[in-house]
Amino acid sequence: MADDHGARDVVSAGQSARSVAVPVSASQETSVSPGLGVIAPDRFENPGIPPHQPRVTDLDPKKEKRAERTVYTLFYLSLAGSVFAIAAYFGFPIEENNIASTRMNNLMIGIGISLALLAIGIAAVHWGKALMPEEEMIDHRHPVIGSPATRARAVEIFDQANKESGLGRRSLLRNSLIGALVAFPLPAIVLFRDLYPGNQEDPVSALSHTMWKEGVRLTRDPSGTPIRASEVTLGSAFHVIPEGLDESEHYLEEKAKAAVLLMRLRPDELNEIEERKSWSYDGIVAYSKICTHVGCPVALYEQITHHLLCPCHQSQFDVTNHCEVIFGPAARPLPQLPIAVDDEGYLIAQSDFTEPVGPSFWERASVNDN
Amino acid sequence: MSNATKRKNRAGRRSPLATVALLAIGLLSTGGAYALISGGTAEAQSDINSQQMIDEGEKLFSANCASCHGLNLEGSESGPSLIGVGAASVDFQVGTGRMPLAQQGPQGEEKPEQFTDEQTKALAAYVASLGPGPGLPDPRYLDGEGDAANGSELFRINCAMCHNVAGAGGALTEGKYAPAIDATPAHIYEAMVIGPQNMPVFNDANLSPEDKRDIITYLEFNRESPSPGGYVLGSLGPVAEGLFAWFFGLGAIVAIAVWLTAKSN
Repeated sequence: MADDHGARDVVSAGQSARSVAVPVSASQETSVSPGLGVIAPDRFENPGIPPHQPRVTDLDPKKEKRAERTVYTLFYLSLAGSVFAIAAYFGFPIEENNIASTRMNNLMIGIGISLALLAIGIAAVHWGKALMPEEEMIDHRHPVIGSPATRARAVEIFDQANKESGLGRRSLLRNSLIGALVAFPLPAIVLFRDLYPGNQEDPVSALSHTMWKEGVRLTRDPSGTPIRASEVTLGSAFHVIPEGLDESEHYLEEKAKAAVLLMRLRPDELNEIEERKSWSYDGIVAYSKICTHVGCPVALYEQITHHLLCPCHQSQFDVTNHCEVIFGPAARPLPQLPIAVDDEGYLIAQSDFTEPVGPSFWERASVNDN
Repeated sequence: MSNATKRKNRAGRRSPLATVALLAIGLLSTGGAYALISGGTAEAQSDINSQQMIDEGEKLFSANCASCHGLNLEGSESGPSLIGVGAASVDFQVGTGRMPLAQQGPQGEEKPEQFTDEQTKALAAYVASLGPGPGLPDPRYLDGEGDAANGSELFRINCAMCHNVAGAGGALTEGKYAPAIDATPAHIYEAMVIGPQNMPVFNDANLSPEDKRDIITYLEFNRESPSPGGYVLGSLGPVAEGLFAWFFGLGAIVAIAVWLTAKSN
């Protein structure tokens, strides 16, 4: 403080009043001007370490004995836990065709092992806290840099190693070693290359198309039997997969894209977009079951309110209004599958979905015709 | 041999066991006859097409249901028309206590049933007599002796998204919910056929009666088999389990951290 005042005094005395606002003295170029601020003197001093307070175990030998007893009792308890875990393995075996025995087995062995570990931990901490010396002390940090002698010795060791191995001298040895080390990870790159989807189907095209195409019958999940329009009674909800899904090479991938929910409403309840009037059949509508938010299966259908609820993030879709989003984080309506009826009365798809199903992806905008 | 003969003679013409045998025969025949007769009457009662049942049902309907559903089932502003809902619908709604409604709300809730089984059947008979609809389920689909594995797959595809994979129920939109499935096999079967309230219909063309039997079998199997993974916390899945881990797991970690850093006194 005294220095600060001194410096300011010197500056104000030697220069005009205006320059007091920017008092940069030659000797204190780094110090910042206090301006018009009032600098309070630093009244706080380093309080130092608070006085040492002895613990009850330091003062009372009885308490100390008790703490000791607690610690060794815990160690013995841990021992008992270990023995119990071994006994439980034999005492509560996992029996075939008895699921409940797994539960008992896991529970008992788990109790034994956790008792064994927990008791050791608690005992060790209690030992350290109650019985070991606990004087406060300061452990000063030492500089990170080593002494000149140590550093010189380190350089010496490197030099010696270089000389003895001949790494600097025998350049052929060194270069072949570098070559071998560089080549070593190459097999891994070739192996893990298979994880990269780029050499398979174009992901944009894979995400934009499903198994549905003109004439593919709508079939029941999981049996794969075709559905007649007459079987879909009012209020029904059918879980639908495309015909021939079972034979497809990538069954799960295809099902994850092509899953459809089929519902029948009264035709007068449907508020259809003009160009989609031909997409339904007598009140039967088919919508993608894959949520446009993050792709959960949306199948919680309420047959009176005609709401479809996604169980993951509570997006709600209104089936009467071409599945527009009425609540939740989904950004787009569920894609509708255009359906028709074939000569035998079975429901068929008129085409694939006219937009990519499921959640957004970077290139989606360019493939979305809508 | 001679000892046995002596004992026989001492007891006279009748064996000492004769009284017991006679009593047993008497009790068995009385009980058997009663079972036959009562079984017969039960069958007669469940014949829900008898005129007597229909008349009984009409009285009950006029007194308890007509204020909302209309004297001729035509419905009103407070309740839908019941023409063509069938006996299955009445048995489900009344048999599980959902009807009569306690109050208007997002959905009719399960509560202790207000009518005896016989009265419920009478109501069903009356409603069924005024318009064809789904009838009461055939008992052979309710025995729980179907294929639980097939039932499990069908349940997961058609039911689990609302009712939870363990049948523990779940939330729907705007205060509605799919209830936990703890109903009788008949009520489960009827619910699939009629699609009560907001539940979609699963008619016999979608899930055949055998499929429904398999689903009931799976539900009963699931109800009876103990959980291998410990306490199920209501089978509600990640919500209940996450909450438990949040409070008890994190709570324990916080408590241990406090204890570790506290000074010994």
